[in-house]
Formats: sequence, C-alpha cells, structure tokens
Amino acid sequence: MTRSDVSEDIEAVVEDTDLPRRLKDEVYSTVAGRDGVTAEQADQIARAVENEYLDTRVDPLDPVGTVSAQSIGEPGTQMTMNTFHYAGVAEIDVTQGLPRLIELVDARKTPDTPMMTVHLEEEYATDRERAHEVVWQIEATKILALGDISTNVADMVVSIDLNEDTLEERMITPDEIAEIIEDELGVKTNQQGALVEFGPEQPSYRELLQLVEQLRDIVFKGIEDVTRVVIRKEQLDEGEEFVLYTEGSAFGDVIEIEGVDASRTTSNNIHEINKNLGIEAARESIIEETMNTLEEQGLGDVNIRHLMLVADIMTNQGTIESIGRHGISGSKDSVLARAAFEVTVNHLLDAAIHGEVDDLNGVTENVIVGKPIKLGTGDVDLRMGSSSGGDAEPEASD
Amino acid sequence: MSTGQSPKEIGEISFGLMDPEEYREMSATKIITADTYDDDGFPIDMGLMDPRLGVIDPGLECKTCGKHSGSCNGHFGHIELAAPVIHVGFTKLIRRLLRGTCRNCSRLLLTEDEREKYRTKLDRTRELGNDVNDVTKAAIREARKKDRCPYCGEVQYDINHEKPTTYYEVQQVLTSEYSEQIAAAMQGKSPDGDDEEGREPMAPQELAEATDIDLSRINDIMSGEFRPRESDRKAIEKALDLDLTEEDMNKLMPSDIRDWFEDIPDEDVGVLGINPERSRPEWMILTVLPVPPVTARPSITLDNGQRSEDDLTHKLVDIIRINQRFMENREAGAPQLIIEDLWELLQYHVTTFMDNEISGTPPARHRSGRPLKTLSQRLKGKEGRFRGSLSGKRVNFSARTVISPDPTLSLNEVGVPERVAREMTQTMNVTERNTDEARRYVANGPGGHPGANYVKRPDGRRLKVTEKNCEELATKVEAGWEVNRHMVDGDIIIFNRQPSLHRMSIMAHEVVVMPYKTFRLNTTVCPPYNADFDGDEMNMHALQNEEARAEARVLMRVQEQILSPRFGENIIGAIQDHISGTYLLTHENPRFNETQALDLLRATRIDELPEPSGEEEGEPYWTGRDIFSELLPDDLDLEFTGTVGDDVIIEDGQLVEGTVAEDEVGGFGGEVVDTITKVYGNTRSRIFINEVAALAMRSIMHFGFSIGIDDETVPKEAQDRIDDAIDNAYDRVEELIDTYQSGDLESLPGRTVDETLEMKIMQTLGKARDSAGDIAEDHFDDDNPAVVMADSGARGSMLNLTQMAGCVGQQAVRGERINRGYEDRTLSHYKPNDLSAEAHGFVEHSYTGGLDPREFFFHAMGGREGLVDTAVRTSKSGYLQRRLINALSELETQYDGTVRDTSDTVVQFEFGEDGTSPVKVSSSEDGDIDVEHIADRVLDEEFGSDERKQEFLGKKRPPTNLSEHVDARQVRGDD
Repeated sequence: MTRSDVSEDIEAVVEDTDLPRRLKDEVYSTVAGRDGVTAEQADQIARAVENEYLDTRVDPLDPVGTVSAQSIGEPGTQMTMNTFHYAGVAEIDVTQGLPRLIELVDARKTPDTPMMTVHLEEEYATDRERAHEVVWQIEATKILALGDISTNVADMVVSIDLNEDTLEERMITPDEIAEIIEDELGVKTNQQGALVEFGPEQPSYRELLQLVEQLRDIVFKGIEDVTRVVIRKEQLDEGEEFVLYTEGSAFGDVIEIEGVDASRTTSNNIHEINKNLGIEAARESIIEETMNTLEEQGLGDVNIRHLMLVADIMTNQGTIESIGRHGISGSKDSVLARAAFEVTVNHLLDAAIHGEVDDLNGVTENVIVGKPIKLGTGDVDLRMGSSSGGDAEPEASD
Repeated sequence: MSTGQSPKEIGEISFGLMDPEEYREMSATKIITADTYDDDGFPIDMGLMDPRLGVIDPGLECKTCGKHSGSCNGHFGHIELAAPVIHVGFTKLIRRLLRGTCRNCSRLLLTEDEREKYRTKLDRTRELGNDVNDVTKAAIREARKKDRCPYCGEVQYDINHEKPTTYYEVQQVLTSEYSEQIAAAMQGKSPDGDDEEGREPMAPQELAEATDIDLSRINDIMSGEFRPRESDRKAIEKALDLDLTEEDMNKLMPSDIRDWFEDIPDEDVGVLGINPERSRPEWMILTVLPVPPVTARPSITLDNGQRSEDDLTHKLVDIIRINQRFMENREAGAPQLIIEDLWELLQYHVTTFMDNEISGTPPARHRSGRPLKTLSQRLKGKEGRFRGSLSGKRVNFSARTVISPDPTLSLNEVGVPERVAREMTQTMNVTERNTDEARRYVANGPGGHPGANYVKRPDGRRLKVTEKNCEELATKVEAGWEVNRHMVDGDIIIFNRQPSLHRMSIMAHEVVVMPYKTFRLNTTVCPPYNADFDGDEMNMHALQNEEARAEARVLMRVQEQILSPRFGENIIGAIQDHISGTYLLTHENPRFNETQALDLLRATRIDELPEPSGEEEGEPYWTGRDIFSELLPDDLDLEFTGTVGDDVIIEDGQLVEGTVAEDEVGGFGGEVVDTITKVYGNTRSRIFINEVAALAMRSIMHFGFSIGIDDETVPKEAQDRIDDAIDNAYDRVEELIDTYQSGDLESLPGRTVDETLEMKIMQTLGKARDSAGDIAEDHFDDDNPAVVMADSGARGSMLNLTQMAGCVGQQAVRGERINRGYEDRTLSHYKPNDLSAEAHGFVEHSYTGGLDPREFFFHAMGGREGLVDTAVRTSKSGYLQRRLINALSELETQYDGTVRDTSDTVVQFEFGEDGTSPVKVSSSEDGDIDVEHIADRVLDEEFGSDERKQEFLGKKRPPTNLSEHVDARQVRGDD
C-alpha cells in the first residue's frame, strides 16, 4: 500500500509535491487501489490534493494571536456567570463557565473548587471492593466517620466509641487510632477494644473542649486535602470500570498510591500538574480544562488551536505565567506597552530609574507613536513591479 | 492636517530622570509670579501664562519659536524651588537607597565581593528578561543587615519612612533620665519600678570596678553632670542589666537626603538597577520644577468672558505662592518651626501636583470640592492619556448613525445616506483620462450629490469648492490636480459595530448612496456584527489611500469574512424569516405554477425556469425543492442529516430530498453555505446567500406568515389536561414534603436531606412543566407559525411555546427555588416554612393565560437575576478579552510556519501543531482531505470547464473578485 505498489513515474510526480508524508502515502494507496492510473493522472491527483492541502494552511504573517484571543474572548459574553454546576458527577460541585475560564487564564495557585479524576489500574478498576480500598487511601477520614465522640465532663475524658464495622472496612485498627491521637494531640490515651478514652493532663474544662475540637480535625487515613471521593462506574472505550472523582486535589500524593493509574489520572489544578508532571503536561491540561469549560457551556465549537496558542504562551517561559498584569502583559519588553495596559504611572517611573529603552517592536507601542504595526500587511513592503513581466502585474516582495 | 510634516520616524524611546540643569537649559523662562493675566487680560511676564511658554489663543505668535497656535507645541518653563522636595513617585526607592547606603560615605553597604555577586545576578536577570526588582530588593536586604559601613566603618541606623514623604533616622541615644535610672538600679530596684523582684544593690565602688570607669566619673554620671560616652554606657548597661537608651527619630530633610545621594558612586548605583548615566539618585529630589507649557494646560474662556484655568495651573499657582512665602520667611530669618511647616506645605503641593491620589494624603481640591486632576491622573486609566488618547485615537472621515435593514442590498453593500456621502470624500488624482469626470464632480459643487468639497492644485494649494465658485473651478481642473470628490456607489468603506469582539465586527462594504438618514444593511450580516435594528448605531470609516482601499477590498470585505476563524464554518447565512421561508418552500415540497415559480425567483439571477417538475391537470408545475435547487452550483453533491432530523440529499446541484432550514443555509455552520464557501469560493457563496435570502423572502411572502395570540392558545380540553398534570405534580410534591417531614426521606449520596428534597421537588415540577408543554404541543398543528419557527430553527424554541401555551414553570434564583424575602417564607401570603410549590415560585399559568400577582412577582425575581447576570458578565468577559488580546496580540505566523512574537521568540513551531488554518477547517469535523473523492473527480474528468479544472489542480488561482460590479462576468462563467 505504499510507494512500492506504484510505478517509478508516479512516485516521482507525487514526491515532487509539498505534501506531508501522511498525505503522500494516502495518494499512493489511492492510486494503487485503482486500475490503470497513468502518471499524468497521478500527477493531477497529487496536484489537486496539494492544492487543497495548501489551501488549508495558515497564511504567513497571519496575526493568529489576536484571532485566537478573540475566538476565546468572544464566546465569553455568551457564558453563564453561575458558578456552581455539575460536571458529569452530580455529587461534586465544580466551578464552571466564565469564572472558571478566568481562573484558568489567571493561573491561580489553587482553583476555586479543586477536583481530581482518578483512574484505577485494571485489577482495581473492575472490582468495586478493591476500588474502595483505593478510596480509603485517598479520602480524608476524620473521627466522625469512625465512631461517636462523647465528652464526660465529670471525669474530664473524651471517649470515642469506634464503629468496628467501619474500621474494618476502612482498614484501620483502634490501636492505630489511639496512636495517631497520641501523636497529634500529645495526650495519653486509654484504649480498650473499640473504646478510646483520653483527657487533658490537668482537669480543665476549656482544654477538654479544645481537645475535642482538635480531634475532629485529625486526618486518620487518606489525604488531608481530599474531603470527599465519589466512586462511579463508567463506560469507557476499554469497557466498564470504576472511576473516582474527588473533591479537593492532591495530585502528587494520589499518583503514588497503589492501584491508581497515574497515566490517566488528572487534576484540575494546573500548578499541581506542572509540579508533578512538568510543563508539557501543564500545557496539555490547560488546553483540556479550557476546552471542557467551553464545552460545558455549549461552546465546544471553538477551534482547539486557539486554546493551544493560549496554553503555549502561558507556558512559554517554562513556568505557568498568567495572562494579565502579573504575567505576560506585565513582563513585556516595551515600557509603553506595559504602561498602556495597567498600572501606567508605576511602569513609567520604574522605566526612568532603570533607564529603559523602548525599541518600538510590538503592536501597542507602534500604535502609540503612530507607526504602522509589524503584523499582517504591516509586516510586508510593496514594490512596484519591475519591467520583467510584460503585463505589468505588480510583484509583491517582502 | 498640515502638509509637509516631518518625515522623521521614531526609532526608539529612552526613559530616564532629568538633571535639574537640563530643566533649566530647556526652560523658556523662569516663573516667579503666581498670577496669570493682568487686568487687561494680557499674560504677565514670568507668570504662569507667560507667552514664551507657547500660545493657545489663535492669532497670537509664540515668543519662543514664532509659530502660531496649533503649530507651536509649547515650551517648558521652570520654577526654582526654595528648598528641595521629594518626588512622590520614588518614595519607596528613596527609602531603599537610604537603608542600603552608608550615612557617612554614601557607599552601598556591601563588600566588593557581594557587590560583584549582585551585579552579575542583575546582568543575568536582565538577559533573561525577568523582574530586576527582585535582585535589587535582595541586594538592599543584604546591605541592611550591616551594622557598620564596610568602607568607612560608620555605624548605620535604621530608616523609618512615614508615608508619603517623610524619612526619619532612628538612633539609639542615651535617655535624659540616665542618672535616675542608674541610681535606682544601684539601689536594687528593677528598671520598671516593679518592686517584686529586688536585686542586689551595688555600691558606686563596685560599679566602677565592674565597668572599668573612674569612681569620680561614676559619681559625675550619677549626679547627671556627665553624660557617659557610648562605650561607658554599654559597660554600665551590662553591669546593671539596664537599658539606658531611647529611640530618637531624627528627621531627614530632603536637602540632607539630596546631599547623601549625591555622594553615592556610580558603580554602586548600577548594582541597584539604576542606570547612572540616565538617572542619578539625587535627581529624585527636586530642586527645580519644570512648568508644563500652556498648551498642556489650556485655559478656557467661558461665555461671560471669565477665564477658567486648568487644574494643573491651579496647582502651579499654589506651588509658586508657597515657594514665594518660603523664600520670604527664610530671608526674614523666621524660626525653624515655621520654615519646616512651609517646607512641608511646599512638599504637599509638589506631591499633589504629580499625583493627587496618594493614600494618606488628602487630595487637593477645586473650590467646588472636586479633587484636582493632576499629572498622574491624566495618564492613568481608561480615559487617561495612554489608553484614551494614545492607544485609541479620534479620526476624521468617519460617520455614525442608526442602522436599518434593506433586503434588496447585497451583503457586501451598505446603504449610506447622501449627507454622509457628501462629507466623506475620496481623493481623486486627476489624469488625462478622468479629467471630464473630475470636472463633473467639481461642477456639482459641495451641495449636489456626486460633487466635490476641495480641490488641490499641483502647487499644493487647497481650494474649497463652494456653490459660487464650483462652475468656474471645474473648468480649471486639469491633470495633476487632486479632487476630493463625494463618495459614490462602489466606493469601499469600513463598517464597524461596537463592541468589536471579533474581527468580523469590522468589515469592508461597498457603498450604495441612498436617501434618508440611516445606514442600510442586508439582514444576513447581522450575526457577525451582532446587530439588530432596535436603535443600534454603527460607525463608518472612509478610506483615504489606495493601499488601504486595496487591503479592505481583498481582505476585509464581507464576503471574505463568511467563514469564522472561531469554529471554521460560515457565520453569515440565512437568518430568521429567511429560514422560515426556505422551510415553507421545501418542507412539504409544495407545487407552484409557472407564474408563481417565476415570481419566487424574480429577485435572483435565474431568468429561465428549468424543466417543469411534473404536470398536473395539463399544467406544468415546479416543486419548492426544484426551485431552491436553481440556486445551487450545478455540480454540488452533499448528504447529511438536516435540521428536522431527516436526511438532506443534494445530487448534482439538485435538492433531491430534505428540508432546507437552519442547519442547511443558516449562519453559524449552515452545511450548504459552508460547503459552497469552501469548495466554490467566497464569491459564489456570497451570490448564494444573497439569492437564498431573496428567494426566501419571496417564498415567505407567497405563503404568508404571521403570529398572534390565537396561535398560542390551547382549547379548553387541553387546558384541563394541563391543569390535571400540574395538580398531579402538586400532589407528588405534597407527598415528598410529607415524607420529608416524617423524616423518611432518604438523602442522595453527598447531599443533605434538605438538598435532596429541593432537588426532588425541582425535578417533579420540571417534569410537570414538560408534560404541560407536551400536551400543548399536541394541540398545535405543524403549520402553526410558532411551531414552524421552532422546527426550522428560525427563532424560538419549543420551550418558548410551552411557556406561552402550557405553563411557565419554576422560577429560579441562583439555580434554586425562590427562597428569599421574609423570615422563613417568600411572601407574607404564605405560612412560615411552607415548602409547597406555589410558595417558592412555581408559575402554573401560561403567558397567554396570564400570571397571577404572586407568580408575577416571582417571575420578576427570576428575571432580575438574569439582568444582573448579564451586566456582571459583560464587564467580566470584557476584561478577560482585553487581557487575552494584550497577551496574544503580538503573535504572528512567519514564513517558516512558526508562530513568534514581535521580538522573535518562538511560541509555537507550527501553528496549532499542524499549521492548519482555523478558518478553513471546521473545528467539529476532522477536516481531512478526501483523497478518494479527488481521485474520482480527476479520473472521471468531472469539471464544468477547463478553467475550473485548472483551478482544481491549483495551476490557476480563481480570479480575485474586487467588486460586486464584476459579478456579471463572474456569474456567467460559473454555471
């Protein structure tokens, strides 16, 4: 189905075109699939394919940046402000719409509603029991989930009546619980079976209540940042499997856990992705997250190439830079461009102190000084045609 | 628009501080009097309006450059300040410098090695383009740690900064009560006077031994006759465990700071990121104040002849007054206190002259109480110099008026009122070939329509064409002249509607001059502009040079913008009634006789009917689909699932099956329009859209289309069924509430019981509305106009119809039932904690049936939320867009396919990873090239003409269509 199936003449004409390898191969297989295609016909086919191919390329000097910015900004007016809505899983609230989009281009350190989608390795993904094992590793387990607390003011003790079924399910023993309490609160505990008791060293009512408060905050198992995990059976390409959705995000910790398929697990916190998987993954996740946000609002028709450009400029420096005065716009070379964006006066004063020089390369600066900008048709010069052609067709050169 | 403007081009702009000497040099005059004009209204010499500072009154001559107002840019003056003052903009930097340099020798408090370290670090950060401030801040932090100067050994003190412009040196000095404190300590009292912990009393003798000081000296100290030296003090403090110091705030006057900074060596300044060649630190303390030229602060003459001065002038008057008083007082030898007060006042006025929004400083106010707009305020913000005057400029040759629709125009055209056409002139270079034409324009004068307003002779003189001289002038016009003629049909202009959210908000149109006063547009271009005709206004710009006109024609014309780069499909297409029209024409495929068929096609370029579709009772007839097919290109083949859900099949340019509606010919991805644009080009597509619109209008007029109240009313029996359905839902809600109240309601995972109840009630009521809608829908025929519009996608949805005829449904605020108002209830009409449907905003009536007052109120609550939401959203998304544009505006594809910014940093090696243009490829399809199809065409030689084949093979470019008027030829070649 490749070059070998066609004659040398055909090969010569096809190789002569500016087509990428994939399309050349497709031309070969098409030609080979038909009988008696002459070299001339093959040439015509290849030329026609090339023509169509070249027609879909971006033109040189196309101001793609502005076009992309507009293509993302314009649908922004059609998005909802309503912050909370459900993303597939009804149990977990996720920021959506315009606020989420703003959050993404702002490159906030933590999203408003951090969330992870945890995929499991094969043996865990198909078995609900085993999937649950992973859940307990992830979900932060607090004391209220394990048993009942009562405060005995007379004896100045806090007693916890642990629920043994839950303990067994979550694979934690009363010994461990007592130990964790001792470590965290610095008190001696008295543990008998499922009953754990402890109290302040000095009888003090205030301290007793404080201990109870602190007790409630201790994480006995799981990851502190993950407050809730929802387990769902999902129909994926590879068949049915259990997928975990978490409220709260701790990507680095979760991918270490056994049973978690790190290659498919994601977080909606782009900084966590960057920290654990690197900048390329962060770029990918910016594209993914913005696309999902747009899709959720019924604006999935926005071309993904625009989002790629935004993600690329955000990650261009090797770190995630926000779009705005603290990021890309604030780190521009031109003083005038920065001054024209935000915090005008400070930029001018700083420029004076540092003795900066504005070379007037960018767009805003040239608008300010009244010169043509160096983009699109402003990036080429025209010269009247020389006498070479007889029909006086003007010749363009850059 | 003066001629012969300087041909100089700005190469670069460098920033820096100015040397006071430079101020004096460039100054046109020294300003000494605060007065502006004398009694006769003439500017006072060496006053703030000194004629040497430039002219603003027309007719006067500038005393410095001799030019007249308009051409003289103005000249700076200067004020010699009686005492130095601090520049507010640099207070933080001044503080940093004070903290980081030696108070004695002014050198940076860093050793040679450290200095080198920071210098290399600084160079590196500059290279990387990172924030220099991070390094300089770190350098200062390190310098501050030093107690002594590494060069001269001087002890360093902390600097306190009191905002905005006062600096103190904090020194630890001996308290005035040192003798008492020592005596008390020696008697065994604790220093705080706290008697609880007594300590060993100490005799003077012991103290002398412990501190190594003479006993007599100790006695002197204790009696207060001798102040212990620093070393002695420390020894005593150590021996007695005492603290004998107190903080002394020594105010640093600006003159002190200036002296201090003058001695900072250039090398040290460089380490702090300051460029000593352009900005010496002492220049941050002003000794001379430049006075902006009068052209920068023009005074306005009011109607009553009174002059009203600019805010800056007011501020300068204040500064000069205080400056004067300062000098007088100082010469008179006034006490230090008064001098200091005046100094502070001068500082305040200079501060507010530069920035009147400093926190902690009361803003200087106008007599009316309005804060003055001083220098910073002029630059800042949206209406400031940068964003308001420099990035956005006002232009000539522009017009703005209300828009209205005109279906007879092509989508490339715009109707321009004659009055606008007379004003927006085009420059015409007169040659031998167009002399007659040019003369005709001039002869018509400025008042007649295709007339002229100005002519320019070859010697450069511009003459105004008037009613009186036009005839005479016309005879003089010859080759070499320029004529500013009125705009005529076919001229190209740029048309824009704000907000300009995407590039299709600014497109080029061809002019059609029309009577009346509105701009007229074809309705199909409403979607890209997002325009309607409820009073919208639009802007028009007449182009002023040939290059601009050419670019507008080739790149910006509406037909070049049919495809949107956002989703790669057509954004222009049939809308609203056009869609209803094509739907009626093709849905049931009605038959038309010859007259009717010709009438439908009369606004298109089809002037001959095709073969009849069939014959009925001896009469030939044409079906709707066949008539529509006349507009399609002859070799179009297409097959897809259409709007109504059935297949649309087009074979060889014949609509074989299917209904033509929104997904077929509409804007935002109408399949047929999209394909024609991509395969047959923009020109063919424009013709198609124009003709579809024309045919659709004819068709909808043929069938007649109207909507009224009756179209949304349901018969009695249907109404009863709807009421039943709603009652049913009410019962179910009651049941839910009962289970909830008895505590039997089971909560959904991750939700509380309350939330579960709310969700379930919402669900039930939602279903109730839907079933009411279904019942209503059953009673509407397919030819009901509201149904036609909803089905075809022309306007409205089934939900709208449900709300009109069935039941409006649950009103929501923040995605929940209405839960606000009184305590525990929404309105005083309900009992507290009533959970029922009607108490929380369920509207059971329909819009046609009418809402009751409570329902109306809830409906208004929901409606209000919608309004607030839109208002918030527009501002938020506007800012988002501004930021995005600012961040990405410099990116451009290069000839090598990479995407780079203007400083040549590569952002993408290939745009969108594959170099595919988002305009040409739909985002929803994979957009792959169909090689098989191409092969079929080549092998079967399916080309209308040889020309098309050449185009198909890419050997010949399709002709560039530059004007609507070229169409006649264009179209004939097409089919």
